[in-house]
Amino acid sequence: MSCDEKVDCGRRRLLLATATLGGVAGVATAVPFVASMLPSERAKAAGAPVEADFSKLLPGQMMAVEWRGKPVWIINRTPEMLASLKKTDAKVSDPDSLKLMQPEYCRNETRSIKPEILVAVGICTHLGCSPTEKFKTGAESGIDPDWAGGFLCPCHGSTFDLAGRVYKGKPAPDNLEIPPHMYLGDAKILIGEDKKGA
Amino acid sequence: MQMKRFLALILLVPLLAMASGPELHLDHAPDRSQDKAALQNGAKIFVNYCLNCHSASYMRYNRLHDIGLSDQQIKDNLLFTADKVGETMRVAMRRADAKAWFGAPPPDLTVIARARGSEFGSGADWLYTYLRTFYRDEERPTGWNNLVFQNVGMPHVLWEFQGDQVLGEDHQLKLVKPGKMSPKEYDDMVADLVGFLQYMGEPAANSRKHLGWIVLAFLAVLLVFSYALKRNYWKDIH
Amino acid sequence: MSETIAKTKAQSLLDWIDERFPLTSGWKAHLSEYYAPKNFNFWYFFGSLALLVLVVQIITGIFLVMHFKPDASLNASGIPVAFASVEYIMRDVPWGWLIRYMHSTGASAFFIVVYMHMFRGMLYGSYRKPRELIWIFGMMIFLCLMAEAFFGYLLPWGQMSYWGAQVIVNLFSAIPFVGPDLSLWLRGDYVVGDATLNRFFAFHVIAVPLVLVGLVVAHIIALHEVGSNNPDGIEIKKKKGPDGIPLDGIPFHPYYSVKDIVGVVVFLIVFSIIIFFAPEAGGYFIEANNFFPADPLQTPPHIAPVWYFTPFYSILRAVTYPLFGVDAKFWGVVAMGASAIIFVFLPWLDRSPVKSIRYRGPLYKGFLAAFLVSFFILGYLGVLPPTPDRTLVSQICALVYFAFFLLMPIYSSIDKCKPEPDRVTCK
Repeated sequence: MSCDEKVDCGRRRLLLATATLGGVAGVATAVPFVASMLPSERAKAAGAPVEADFSKLLPGQMMAVEWRGKPVWIINRTPEMLASLKKTDAKVSDPDSLKLMQPEYCRNETRSIKPEILVAVGICTHLGCSPTEKFKTGAESGIDPDWAGGFLCPCHGSTFDLAGRVYKGKPAPDNLEIPPHMYLGDAKILIGEDKKGA
Repeated sequence: MQMKRFLALILLVPLLAMASGPELHLDHAPDRSQDKAALQNGAKIFVNYCLNCHSASYMRYNRLHDIGLSDQQIKDNLLFTADKVGETMRVAMRRADAKAWFGAPPPDLTVIARARGSEFGSGADWLYTYLRTFYRDEERPTGWNNLVFQNVGMPHVLWEFQGDQVLGEDHQLKLVKPGKMSPKEYDDMVADLVGFLQYMGEPAANSRKHLGWIVLAFLAVLLVFSYALKRNYWKDIH
Repeated sequence: MSETIAKTKAQSLLDWIDERFPLTSGWKAHLSEYYAPKNFNFWYFFGSLALLVLVVQIITGIFLVMHFKPDASLNASGIPVAFASVEYIMRDVPWGWLIRYMHSTGASAFFIVVYMHMFRGMLYGSYRKPRELIWIFGMMIFLCLMAEAFFGYLLPWGQMSYWGAQVIVNLFSAIPFVGPDLSLWLRGDYVVGDATLNRFFAFHVIAVPLVLVGLVVAHIIALHEVGSNNPDGIEIKKKKGPDGIPLDGIPFHPYYSVKDIVGVVVFLIVFSIIIFFAPEAGGYFIEANNFFPADPLQTPPHIAPVWYFTPFYSILRAVTYPLFGVDAKFWGVVAMGASAIIFVFLPWLDRSPVKSIRYRGPLYKGFLAAFLVSFFILGYLGVLPPTPDRTLVSQICALVYFAFFLLMPIYSSIDKCKPEPDRVTCK
């Protein structure tokens, strides 16, 4: 900033300093107000990790538990169901789970820690509806004669296979989210927290 | 100027009309707000002796991070009425039962230290005096009465530590049967408990004061600059 | 070179707006070419401070409404939901304690600032012709503010909230014939209850603030129409220079904008001291009893309104005689209402040839001082439980209070005033 005789340099400097300090004060005041809209301690407590016991879950069945207000599915997959994943590899848009929709330890063929147990957030990645299970295969499913079993979102028809991978050419962009989870026992998991303390 | 004299007069008015009512003598509660060990001890006493009947339903267990406790410590030592550290300190007793047993459900204690403040002293002073002035009174259903809370419904829960007091003819309390603790030890324990109750009344109090100094320091700088700016502009005005 | 192009671009945007909206002309009319007397003193900070507190209350209020629940039913722990939601704000909401303390301290700060602002008007005769409408709008703002504070005070649903509302709503039952039905209608229940809480919430967050903001705009428009008064109580517009600008006027911006910033910072320092170090202000801003949830079955031993209502509340209690066959309760309510509304008539009660206290005679000074003293005594007595002695003192003070207004036409016209100066004086 250049100073000539017409401009009062002292005044200009003072004005700038005061305005800067005032701006800092304004931003600092805005922080608590903006932060007050973040999840409260109550919301955080409600969103705390939940334990799920699936010892009574028979092969081929699924159950849902609530975590952060969302359904989390636990599916005990049969060997046939696991085998179907090979067939769907070519039909799904992200067969190798390259997108970060799962923790690193679930980035595998079955998208799970134990191959048969799938833990997934039952919320469609398109616009947030909850897909319904369509475990019946073939024409009986009413979806497709080649249907290998999976999930169908009732809102916009997105389909997912039995590892929660989204089929090609459907509105949903991503595979179903796998939440962070860890095993507390043989048939007991903690959803929302893993060893890394995520 | 005449104005000034009248303003001085106004300041005298409160002295002319001093409050007079039943005087309540309260002992001054020691300040434990900066003593984390004392507050932790207070939390332990609260959870073991108060939380059986009284809830603290706005206080989350994991808020005790403030007084230096970790989630694991809370889980291991304090978590009796809930199963997650994020939950609030609710009470196991059902309200209907409580009403049947005590006539009225025991009040929630989260903000009791704020509610008991009066012109006679802080809420902490009231609690500190209250918890130390239980005395034997056979006319009461519980067998206990209290100096600052006449005909209190609660029995003396910490009786085994303090022992039995009776009210003498001279309206002074006398310890007739010592408890497990000496009077000094007992006062110390109550001070810890009251310190905790005061902390729980406003968990943000310490950080509030801390932030206050920062804000004031900043405003002081802003005052210097804004005053200089005002002086600069107003030098043209005569 | 590029700087000039940028400038012309900014200028053409401004021109585009000015053709559609009076931006530049509004800026000039209300700030850079609004000429204010150059001799404003300490008392002239409180108008802009009142505006600041209004903004603080609106912003903090919006954020509190995001978390508060106007619900009198009991939660699982047996605590009224509204009461619990305030503690939720104080503990669970990030920074909720700060926002709530800003709002609770802001309520009291509003009244401090507004009382100072009103007293300024009385010191320097700012209500006199041609500023009667500014004064009337101002008094309407004051009444709205009292309503706003009263409705807001019920919301935390503590013991003081509850019984305060109970007492005030019952004041309306003093009105002959329709009174009891009127207070029932106001409550929407046989006691102060959930229905009352919900309607007070609606008034507090929507109805009254809308009116309040409208009145503030009217207050400022009226002020800028006639121009500001000053501590000398003379019209600067009577002495204009060849350019048509008052000789004793200076542009509000930048002179008073930079000066008011100093006032704002000083105010914020005081405000912060209370918020961060004494948010309860010794029980005057947040009362200890209000940390007990509302209990319709048990009245606290001593009920007093918040400090800013106590002068008027004392006048209510001071009336202990029935009159014309109507009981004292009714006349108490009338006296209390009159004590708040009587300010409106000041422009017509004052017959003095001068406006400012600087040139008034001893009679006005004496009456104003007596009024001020009785206002403070009434305020102080209003916090205390009544005794026969205190009632007598409050009766005397109430008489002085009304005498200040009702005798004003007489003493202001016979007072020995000093001559006003030609031009404003800077002390």
